[in-house]
Amino acid sequence: MIKVKELSKQFGENLVLNNISTTINQGEVVAVIGPSGSGKSTFLRCLNLLEEPTAGDIFIHDQEITLPKTNKLEVRKNIGMVFQHFHLFPHMTVLDNITYAPQKVKQIPKSEAVEIGKDLLSKVGLTEKEDAYPNQLSGGQKQRVAIARALAMDPGIMLFDEPTSALDPEMVKEVLDVMKDLAQTGMTMVVVTHEMNFAKEVADRIMFLDEGKLMEEGDPATFFQQPKTTRAQDFLGKIL
Amino acid sequence: MNLDFSQIVPYIPFILEGIWATLKFVSVSIVVGFVLGTLLALCKITKIPGLKALADAYTSIFRGTPLILQLMLIYFAIPQLTGYDISPFLSAIMAFGLNSAAYVSEIIRAGILAVDRGQTEAAEALGIPYKPMMINIILPQALKNILPALMNEFITLTKESALVSTIGYLDLMRRAQIVGADLYRNFEPLLFAGLIYWIMVFILTKLGSLVERRMRYSD
Ligand SMILES: Nc1ncnc2c1ncn2[C@@H]1O[C@H](COP(=O)(O)OP(=O)(O)O)[C@@H](O)[C@H]1O
Ligand SMILES: [Mg+2]
Repeated sequence: MIKVKELSKQFGENLVLNNISTTINQGEVVAVIGPSGSGKSTFLRCLNLLEEPTAGDIFIHDQEITLPKTNKLEVRKNIGMVFQHFHLFPHMTVLDNITYAPQKVKQIPKSEAVEIGKDLLSKVGLTEKEDAYPNQLSGGQKQRVAIARALAMDPGIMLFDEPTSALDPEMVKEVLDVMKDLAQTGMTMVVVTHEMNFAKEVADRIMFLDEGKLMEEGDPATFFQQPKTTRAQDFLGKIL
Repeated sequence: MNLDFSQIVPYIPFILEGIWATLKFVSVSIVVGFVLGTLLALCKITKIPGLKALADAYTSIFRGTPLILQLMLIYFAIPQLTGYDISPFLSAIMAFGLNSAAYVSEIIRAGILAVDRGQTEAAEALGIPYKPMMINIILPQALKNILPALMNEFITLTKESALVSTIGYLDLMRRAQIVGADLYRNFEPLLFAGLIYWIMVFILTKLGSLVERRMRYSD
């Protein structure tokens, strides 16, 4: 469970997140949508402390991670993150990309890490690519490896920052399918996305951000059919 | 034309021993320069202001004064100030190692900064601590990009190593000079030494491109 209380983030004078409060329950899939520059990435990055909140509190499973004494690395062990541009380690094979962190961070023996890695690769449909280097993969394959890499740490929460935005259209589906499967396993997921169909079908809840404010949140059916705020109406009018 | 290489033939073993003398302190200096240079580079990119200032000052001093002066200072000043009678070999390693570290640190700093910021973020998001992140993820990518510049630095160091002849270290250069004085002819032994330097640099260059080719995984 993630509990966010009055979260604000400022870059210099620029107030990027303005007093956001919400609770994301165990097993919930939340889609974060909103115009470009509205603070979606920053919100996501505050949840695993890649950005330091300026004000407010964040609790993960009742642990307040925004305390100064928090061990960030400990927090991140339990939160996987998938980036728009994959950020695979280019000098490592696909399998090494996946098995590196479990070995280094969780001290899992190599043989066991490899077993976990191969299992995850088969789940994302890339068993035959374990010895390939990232540059030998398509965008969709890279992103599936990146998802497997994050899952190898066995996190309780997964964050996705526009995971399909850098992909050619024909590769979007293969990545979304993996994410759907993951949602079905009961993973807690926070997904920044422009894929409205995915948000409609898979998300339990929509968070709509605009100019750093959480303008509106609610279940997808209600949000897409009857958005309450004019901001959300405008936004949906533009993209749908 | 007055050229006679036959006269240096008896001296050839003496000169060739200089290869080992040169290689010995050049290779140690390269290692010292590389390790220290890496540490300095890490200091330069930290957010801790004291460390950064220190590393910058270090670089400024070692790049801003002549190497031969640094060599002389270490060789002559250390005995004068501390009473410790430092050997030419140790002086040479210190001067060349410390000097090279300044240049290497700039190369590595630029190399680290050129690595995509996303790599650090991906590592941080996985909970990977700073040290393994640097050693296993950032530095290998940085080194791959800066290999040509590093190779250049090592080649420069190999050639500049001839400066140690000024403090009496029996390197290749010094031996050529000794033979020259013995024979009253300098041209042939110097030319011979020059040929050996050239071969050493040639091998180093080849080695560099070999390593470069082996590291070319991602393009
Ligand atoms: N590291 C940063 N330094 C300064 N400004 C930033 C930084 N990261 C994001 N911003 C600013 O914060 C705002 C929100 O950015 P972001 O969270 O990336 O929006 P979104 O993901 O919704 O497009 C933008 O105006 C952006 O310029
Ligand atoms: Mg963004």
